[in-house]
Amino acid sequence: MTDATHTSADMNRFASLLDRLAYEPGRNNKLRLMTNYFRNVPDPERGYALAAFTGGLDFPNAKPALIRALIAERTDPVLFGLSYDYVGDLSETVALMWPARDGGEPPPTLAEVVETLRTTGKLNLGKKIAAWLDALDETGRWALLKLMTGALRIGVSARLAKTAVADMGGLGPNDVEEVWNSLSPPYGELFAWVEGRAPKPDTSDPAPFRTPMLAHAIEEHELAALEPAEFVAEWKWDGIRVQAAVGRDASARTVARLHSRAGEDISGAFPDLIEALRRDDSGAFALDGELLVRTEAGIGTFNELQQRLNRKTVSSLLLARYPAHIRAYDLLSEHEADLRPLPFVERRARLEGFVARFGSERLDVSPLVPFATWEELAQARRDPAAHGVSEDIAAIEGVMLKRRDSIYEPGRPKGLWYKWKRDPHTVDAVLMYAQRGHGKRSSFYSDFTFGVWEGEGEAMSLVPVGKAYFGFTDTELAQLDRYVRNNTGNRFGPVREVLHGPDHGLVLEIAFEGLNRSTRHRSGIAMRFPRIARIRWDKPAREADTLASLEKLLKDR
Amino acid sequence: MQPTELLTPTPAGLFCPAANFYIDPTRPVARALITHGHSDHARPGHEAVLATRETLDIMAVRYGAQSAGAQQPIDLAQPLEIDGVTVTFHPAGHVLGSAQIAVERAGLRVVVSGDYKRATDPTCIPFAPVRCDVFVTEATFGLPVFRHARAEAEIEKLLASRALFPERAHLIGTYPLGKAQRVMAIIRQAGYGRPIYIHGALEKLTNYYAESGVELGEIRKVAAADRSKLAGEIILCPPEAIKDLWARRFPDPVTSLASGWMRVRARARQRGVELPLVISDHADWDDLCATILETGCSEVWVTHGEEDALVHWARLQGLKAAPLHLVGYGDDEATESVETTEPAHD
Ligand SMILES: [Zn+2]
Ligand SMILES: [Zn+2]
Repeated sequence: MTDATHTSADMNRFASLLDRLAYEPGRNNKLRLMTNYFRNVPDPERGYALAAFTGGLDFPNAKPALIRALIAERTDPVLFGLSYDYVGDLSETVALMWPARDGGEPPPTLAEVVETLRTTGKLNLGKKIAAWLDALDETGRWALLKLMTGALRIGVSARLAKTAVADMGGLGPNDVEEVWNSLSPPYGELFAWVEGRAPKPDTSDPAPFRTPMLAHAIEEHELAALEPAEFVAEWKWDGIRVQAAVGRDASARTVARLHSRAGEDISGAFPDLIEALRRDDSGAFALDGELLVRTEAGIGTFNELQQRLNRKTVSSLLLARYPAHIRAYDLLSEHEADLRPLPFVERRARLEGFVARFGSERLDVSPLVPFATWEELAQARRDPAAHGVSEDIAAIEGVMLKRRDSIYEPGRPKGLWYKWKRDPHTVDAVLMYAQRGHGKRSSFYSDFTFGVWEGEGEAMSLVPVGKAYFGFTDTELAQLDRYVRNNTGNRFGPVREVLHGPDHGLVLEIAFEGLNRSTRHRSGIAMRFPRIARIRWDKPAREADTLASLEKLLKDR
Repeated sequence: MQPTELLTPTPAGLFCPAANFYIDPTRPVARALITHGHSDHARPGHEAVLATRETLDIMAVRYGAQSAGAQQPIDLAQPLEIDGVTVTFHPAGHVLGSAQIAVERAGLRVVVSGDYKRATDPTCIPFAPVRCDVFVTEATFGLPVFRHARAEAEIEKLLASRALFPERAHLIGTYPLGKAQRVMAIIRQAGYGRPIYIHGALEKLTNYYAESGVELGEIRKVAAADRSKLAGEIILCPPEAIKDLWARRFPDPVTSLASGWMRVRARARQRGVELPLVISDHADWDDLCATILETGCSEVWVTHGEEDALVHWARLQGLKAAPLHLVGYGDDEATESVETTEPAHD
């Protein structure tokens, strides 16, 4: 439904905004849609919408299990299972399958939904939610369920939502960022300020987010245009780029925050790291680094890091198994002093000193890569082990090149920083199983298990070595989906066995970043970051690679 | 007689051994009975084809004179005997000329429905349920999440968007056979009087619909040079064209796609659609279920689509049900269109 059809400020109006935003690709159009909504919808409705966009809502009692229980009372379990497998998203599946009911209560407002979800106990919540679902249309039901489970996924970052609010009063997003941490939903003070009805909210953020500086990708042949002596190189690690900020608030309480590259506050998911950073003796500071999982065995895989992401609460088991760590790249401030105007080499010296004094096992510095010529750097990038790196080689994503004199400039300025990724390894593997994916890929067969050959002649058989979810274009996805449907052998629940053998099968060229030994996999190997580089429609399955060739690669490292 | 003796699933499609014909064969055969003109059902190269007049015409429009060797038109609801087997074509409500085919022998009746829908469509004769022993159904939208919207309400959404963005062109991806003309007809029913613009790939079939007496109003083919001048207009094109270079010349186009798949967000996003319109020429879940019950059949065969859910549901109703796993129907329109000049329908 379009915006125009909802003149009242109920949940359906918020839902149609979400719906439009989810499909609208243009940043400026997204901004206009949000600003338009904020201008035309009263408090506190719009404030709760803003809270939803910025991740400021949390409903501990509204769990997916509750939604599952409600739909289970109303649908056949097999039909629900097949539908969920197809759609790949619980909220959307329930929104579409929910039996329509006419002539019930009018739809709730967003404010009513938020306030009720916050204050209603587990016991009564189910009945309340069911009544709302009865009153809403498909889009309204989808929005309600997305809101409850805290996963909007409509391509709106907290930053963008704040920009939309700022636009209402001709302000910049940083003006809103500045006051943000002292405010809470439904943000009446904020709207009053941007609409010129009230003064700026009084605040000083002790641990603010600073817009990060980003690098441009570079390829080997482009290096010739640069002067090696002007650059410093450091190892780039395969984790999540973050910013850690620590300061004291007005009541002298130490505040520590972890922000993602996009400015989302992800502190809640990393209490272990926050605990380590929040130290009263170290004074205020802000640093830029890579968030990793690190145990005594070294840096964990990106998959392991993902276990820690997007969580509102973390179990002690996860904390013990996947301890969070920051490998620092840069120091942005120290003792109230903004270091960003200093040249990189000076900041780097301050960073090394700071981390050494800090003395936490959860914080270290990404080592520099010494080099005099691009050829030397290329060798180091190809073979980190021979160039001073003794552990965690598999977690190296490449090298960063930073101009010695580069100040820390927000955004992606030209000519200062470059990211030079390692070349991936590739292997030709045979498609063995397929499953429907999630997110953008849902409803298509898009999760592919592939294998390589073991044994010879008659005894030749495929052993699965990994799973790939991406790397293909949308057209290739449609082709793969069709191939799977037309070449299905057995079906194991949601998994389809794709016909595979020496004389029948599809070869996929898989690119990957590295190999680890694994006892969990039959092959004894776990691939890091595998993706489909090419579909080899031309290549006979029997000519795909062997397990022996992968094992050799493992030994060589 | 066992139903599978009357009609047997084979790699080339459903085969009737007693009368030596296939229904909607996916490879060239001696004798083909064809339900409707979509390219996955009506393929060129058969020696003899039996189909409705409109389906034969549509095949001629698509494939030219070589579309088949001998062509025999058949009227709806007129039984015809072939080697002791009686075949009767009944309306399927899917596209112009679409039919279900009832195959009977010795008191056993199997109805092959082809593709069908129950929703109203001003461009073709509505589906007529036929009582039978075995009902052979598609399951393109055979999951309970597929509940199509009212096509009229979706067109209101389009017209509201046009009112909201008068400076932009609205570009709607539609399958060239059936969907395009249905969308045009409903736009007209909603009182829209401006010319409707079409991509060249829609021209021949749209002309055929107009000649057959379907009221479409003024239709203009888009001239390449005029694209930039079509602000505020509605333009219909094949689904894959909405993301083509061709589409970029229109003033800030709003890309839309009319398809039952648009019910699932991932599908709409995957196609880069900004204004999804849930309009389908197939039965949705509720209509698939209702139709099976209406035929009074005791056995259901599911040809293609999301067969697992529909088979499960039918068994819950106490019916015998089996998936046929026929390959070659309802292929994804995006890939299909690379291989044929006309994209398949949804
Ligand atoms: Zn069709
Ligand atoms: Zn079809």
